[in-house]
Amino acid sequence: MNPLAPPKKNNWSWRSQAFRGLIYQLFAIGLIVAAIWFLAHNTLLNMKVRGIQSGFDFLSGAAGFDIGESLYPFDSAQPYWQAFLVGLTNTLRVAILGIVLTTLLGTLLGVGRFSRNALVRGVCYAYVEFFRNVPVLLQLLMWYLLFTEALPAAADAWTLGPWFLSKGGLSFPIPLWASGHLWMLAGLVLGIVMAFTYRRWAIRQFEASGRLRSMFWTPLLISLGGAFLGWLAGGAPSTFDSPIRGEFAIEKGGSLTPEFLSVLLGLTVYTAAFVAEVVRSGIQSVARGQGEAAAALGLSPGQSMRLVTLPQALRVIIPPMTNQFLNLTKNSSLAVAIGYPDIVSITNTALNQTGRAVECIAIVMLVYLTTSLSTSLLMNWYNSHAAIKER
Amino acid sequence: MTAQTFQPIAPRPAPVQSEGLVAWIRINLFGDWLTSVLTLLIGGALLYLIPQFLGWALFRASWIPNFNACRVEGVGACWGVVTEKHRLILFGRYPFEEQWRPLLATVLMLGLLVASCTRALWRPALLVLWVAVLAVFFMLMLGGAFGLSKVETDRWGGLPLTILLASLSLVMAFPIALAVALGRRSNLPAIKTFCTIYVELIRGVPLISVLFMASFMFPLFMPQGFTIDVLIRVLVGITLFAAAYMAEVIRGGLQAIPKGQIEAAATLGLSYWQTQGKIVLPQALAMVVPSIMNNFISTFKDTSLVTIVSLYELTGALSLAINSDSDWRPFKIEGYLFIALIYFLFCFSMSRYSIWVEKQVNKGKVR
Repeated sequence: MNPLAPPKKNNWSWRSQAFRGLIYQLFAIGLIVAAIWFLAHNTLLNMKVRGIQSGFDFLSGAAGFDIGESLYPFDSAQPYWQAFLVGLTNTLRVAILGIVLTTLLGTLLGVGRFSRNALVRGVCYAYVEFFRNVPVLLQLLMWYLLFTEALPAAADAWTLGPWFLSKGGLSFPIPLWASGHLWMLAGLVLGIVMAFTYRRWAIRQFEASGRLRSMFWTPLLISLGGAFLGWLAGGAPSTFDSPIRGEFAIEKGGSLTPEFLSVLLGLTVYTAAFVAEVVRSGIQSVARGQGEAAAALGLSPGQSMRLVTLPQALRVIIPPMTNQFLNLTKNSSLAVAIGYPDIVSITNTALNQTGRAVECIAIVMLVYLTTSLSTSLLMNWYNSHAAIKER
Repeated sequence: MTAQTFQPIAPRPAPVQSEGLVAWIRINLFGDWLTSVLTLLIGGALLYLIPQFLGWALFRASWIPNFNACRVEGVGACWGVVTEKHRLILFGRYPFEEQWRPLLATVLMLGLLVASCTRALWRPALLVLWVAVLAVFFMLMLGGAFGLSKVETDRWGGLPLTILLASLSLVMAFPIALAVALGRRSNLPAIKTFCTIYVELIRGVPLISVLFMASFMFPLFMPQGFTIDVLIRVLVGITLFAAAYMAEVIRGGLQAIPKGQIEAAATLGLSYWQTQGKIVLPQALAMVVPSIMNNFISTFKDTSLVTIVSLYELTGALSLAINSDSDWRPFKIEGYLFIALIYFLFCFSMSRYSIWVEKQVNKGKVR
């Protein structure tokens, strides 16, 4: 027998890596299936013993509880699934608004860490260190306490023009819908189209002659001007549904509850500290020479930040930023602690009323999993566009 | 031809001094007109706000544990609420006369954490110390031996509970996270799939839903007549949650090891476990220590959520201490600020430590 020949491959021996891998995997699958069977068996048995009913049929029954705030009218006679829908819209409302505000505040704070003004740098640093080192639940509770204790009662609310801020929340005027607004909308659309046409013309002119025209302010002015002209053409409707001081509370107008405001403010202030760190590390990752080269070309510090540094930093920023957005959405579940009727809070009520723990918790997990996974998909798609195209 | 006389050009002014306090102020506070305007605006606001805040928090504050003293006109913060209620806030519902036990246990635990962060003590004996201190911690808290009266876990609360939940769940999460991180990079499709599902599932849901599951569904999972203490259930929930996040951190470290090292190890004839244990993990884990510290900070903050499932850790103990007492209720904000300060001190010092560790880890790379 030739001693140099490779040993015969025996696929059914412990020495074969593939065989060992197969055994390990079968073992793991067996273990997990056994664990799931054990848990499911116990659960079914326990539910039978305790007389807990199972199934999602309760969703079509009347909810029997009222919800403090919802985007559309809801009363206790409506079924559970509508209550869950109200909770979902409340969660999404606070999450989407929070994400927008957090991005603005966090970016400002992150860029502020590079300011040439030492005071701005110091304030941004202090903000980040303070707000990210205190639990978000505690911050939410503190905001809620401030909104419900420190603010004046509705009878002597703080007033700024038609805006009222009191224990009852924030009340503000909303424009009453009139047909003239349709004209305004049409004017806005026309203005935006014109602005885009102007911008393309300006870019072509710049490429041809090198003469730089305003690419941002003039188009903005054109769009707003279009809207204004449309508004005039529609007969300038200007009736507002303004809040007025009632006998016991601020009446009419649009309003935001203190619960909503504390959740929104708490989440924004907390997450902005993390977003600021993400933005700061993104900007730091851009090579120093880029900023120096921009300065050598005669760009102002603001231009250099806007045109050179930030677009490159964006590539580093996007993945961790996605995480922060997801964190904000998940942290909105803490609203249950201060009574804002988000999905977790509604589920909690439903769970206590129906006792269907498994189904209710499954609904919550499904909602958050869908939100998280779809957000990651969206951000991954955007990320693949922004990423450097390598060979 | 006229003789040209030497005409020196006018001397240039000396360069502006760029060192020293005055120069620093000129560059950093009054560099150009925008900077100066900002300095004046922010400086003015700070000069107005800081004395106001200090006056409220320190100079006009009332420190004596008497709520009538706090209701006098012109008195600032009422720290009397902390002086009066500090034992209830710090130790929750633990029996009053036995509270030296949680105090001692907390001090021991903090000592252990500080020891674990000291470089000179990073040796195998530290593991023994962990086991010993944890044993003493539970013996002190639970009692029932050495003449200590028994205290059920539902009376535990305050700072000891916060520290216990954070450190124990992190210690237990580490081996799980290590296994899951290795599993996600494994070549075996079944194991890889399970680990991926676990991590994505946990990371996709909020901690509060995991805690709800631990408190509502866990009892259903267990066989008949078998009950588990709520503290253990919550601890398991936090551990599984923290493990998923830590697994991702460790996986990041594993990915940073160049493939050539693993191939070289295979060439030398090392087995999978030898390769991981001797080549990959020592480098990867050293790299991720700062990130694990950050995990610890967020777990520490996340323990505040257990108050929603009725465990009275620091945040819950505060509500417990103040909500029931209508005399002190108006001064809850001072109580919140007190525990916010405790959380801040812990988290801030840990983040400073993590920066120090990062510098230590990167020492080899700096030229």
